[in-house]
Amino acid sequence: MLEGTGTSRAWLRELAVALVAIALALLAGALLLALAGYSVRDAYWSLFQGAFGNIYSLADTFLNAIPLMFTGLAVAFAFRGGLFNIGTEGQLYVAALATAITALAVPSWPPVLAIAAALAAGAAAGAAWGFVPGLLKARTGAHEVITTIMLNYVAILLTTHLVKTRFKAPGPVDQTALIPAAARLPELVPTTRLTWAIVIAVVLIALVDWILRRSAWGLDVELIGQNPSAAAYAGVPVTSRTACIMAASGAIAGLAGSTIVLGVLHRFITNFSPGYGFTGIAVALVARTRPWGVVPAALLFGALQAGGLSMQLFARIPADLLTAVQGLVILFVAAPGLVAIVRRRRRARTPAAHEAHEANETCVAHETRDAHEARDAHETREAHETRNAHEAHETVRKRGANR
Amino acid sequence: MSDAWEVIFQINTLTAALRLATPIALAAMAGTLSERAGVINIGLEGKLLAGAFAAVYVTYVTGAPWLGVLAAMAAGMLVGLLLGLFAIRLRADHVVAGVGINILLLGLTTWLLQVVWGGRGTSPAVTSLPRWSIPVLRDIPVVGELLGSHSPLVYFTLLAAPALWLVLFRTPAGLRVRLIGEHPEAADTVGIAVNRTQYLTLMAAGALAALGGAQLSLGDLAWFSQNMSAGRGYMALAANVFGQWNPVGSLLASLLFALTDAVQMRIQTLPNPWPAELVQMLPYLLTILVLSGAVRRSRPPAALGRHYPPDHGAGAL
Repeated sequence: MLEGTGTSRAWLRELAVALVAIALALLAGALLLALAGYSVRDAYWSLFQGAFGNIYSLADTFLNAIPLMFTGLAVAFAFRGGLFNIGTEGQLYVAALATAITALAVPSWPPVLAIAAALAAGAAAGAAWGFVPGLLKARTGAHEVITTIMLNYVAILLTTHLVKTRFKAPGPVDQTALIPAAARLPELVPTTRLTWAIVIAVVLIALVDWILRRSAWGLDVELIGQNPSAAAYAGVPVTSRTACIMAASGAIAGLAGSTIVLGVLHRFITNFSPGYGFTGIAVALVARTRPWGVVPAALLFGALQAGGLSMQLFARIPADLLTAVQGLVILFVAAPGLVAIVRRRRRARTPAAHEAHEANETCVAHETRDAHEARDAHETREAHETRNAHEAHETVRKRGANR
Repeated sequence: MSDAWEVIFQINTLTAALRLATPIALAAMAGTLSERAGVINIGLEGKLLAGAFAAVYVTYVTGAPWLGVLAAMAAGMLVGLLLGLFAIRLRADHVVAGVGINILLLGLTTWLLQVVWGGRGTSPAVTSLPRWSIPVLRDIPVVGELLGSHSPLVYFTLLAAPALWLVLFRTPAGLRVRLIGEHPEAADTVGIAVNRTQYLTLMAAGALAALGGAQLSLGDLAWFSQNMSAGRGYMALAANVFGQWNPVGSLLASLLFALTDAVQMRIQTLPNPWPAELVQMLPYLLTILVLSGAVRRSRPPAALGRHYPPDHGAGAL
């Protein structure tokens, strides 16, 4: 990516926003711990130990980060198209079950084929689960936040029902049988359960990044995200694109479930997800909806998840505190006014000449809606100038002719 | 199928529906109130949970469920204030802030549940709200069975819907709130304090929604359990849209959702029940269906989700 001085400043500013949000949220978490009478030091120390203390905890951090890369990327991608997919939890459930069923159905296939088929089935199931709210949003205007969360409940109930009635392995737990060895994702690092899933995640992130910045489809996504009616005016088929964005987002989220089944659990277990879908929202926002930002953000929340478990075990503090911290991260990172206040404070201490410069800068940022969005859009727009100009020209010409 | 139809028209099912509609209806009215003032209120789910938890905690400590109800209202107002702080003062996208609030409250109530009572899942039983039996009403044949004996919050809801309608559509205060939701610049021009009114509306809405939470934990049951709102806050938003941003409409739409819920509960007690999970899906599927059907003919407040004073930097993120 070519970064001029201006864009690298914008990039740094966003990094600062994310870091400040996380710091504030952890601070609020510390306050809660102190109010409840726990030792903040013990709590956060065991959290840190559980996330980075030794090679096993580090592996645990990575293990927890992989599904978050998928769900975070899914939410981020939908965000770029102006859609808020909070249904990644449901999408990963239906995908996980579809993957397990497919893997069980093809016991004699060679590994590569079996894995590919199982992943494809999962992605397709996730896509279907995302497509429905996307289509409803585009066709009827039903807000995707409500429909996707309703579908989360439906997905969990449906997968539980299917496992209980059709695919249950003998025993007290509602789970499928173990999938054949050929369909399991091979380990990258022996004995860590870190599989090729992480490679799939990174390749997917690169692909989405490329789509958003370099492809015609990605340009449509950005245009819809910034202003659907303007996009429609420019000739973007908003209805079908909206459904497709949600379907793609659902497919990506689905792979979180599929890779857990193929790489970690080796079967579908009802209610297996500790909230990977919801954490994906925080991951996407901390990543400032940039695909590559999802990697560090997922690692951070993977560390919190891994550390939370050790905090619960060793410091005897329920790990659900970290769900609250996630909620706070979302609030802080989504509040542009917070940054403005911090900047104003800083400005108050600097000379007047500097102030004028800053004010000018804020004004520019305001004009362009969201600094990074504008920059990205500008970049993509430049890359597709010919197509865009051509299309806009065509549209205007047609409209003129109609009149 | 015929079993199901019989169940729907049993008076017991309708009575249960009225009871189950109360939390959704209170949250839906809270949604109506705040959205009329231009603030999208996705945070209803969090307010339900906050209310449900605060009600049980204070009842546990004091032994007085009415104090629990007051605590729920206070908690709801606090959450409303928090949403205001982020959505108004810090200009966060309303939807993102609402989802953040929901995740915060889900985490916080689940955590406190374990910190206070240990273990996981549910709190110990506390004194529940009394059941009121209305003297003359309870003696009327069918109506008495339906309305005769309920938690006080059920009656409160039935009265609150028309009262809120009166306030919103027939008083100067309501006009001010609606003007902010439609045209904040105009409201400002005629001297209405836009942001302050929005804060007050959000706090009132928070108290209302949290009363719904109190009904969940102290009216229906007598304990708090993890994520006990189970999506009702989002259903309430759908009910608000279906009810056309009108408190009475919100109440009626909530009754529809609650009826499905009551039916699914009753079906599971039949001699040949349908698979539990499939039946439990009904309210969620109905919400999607109703929302998809309702939005196209709906007209939300014109300035819904906007920041005032106008802020050109207010994108999705």
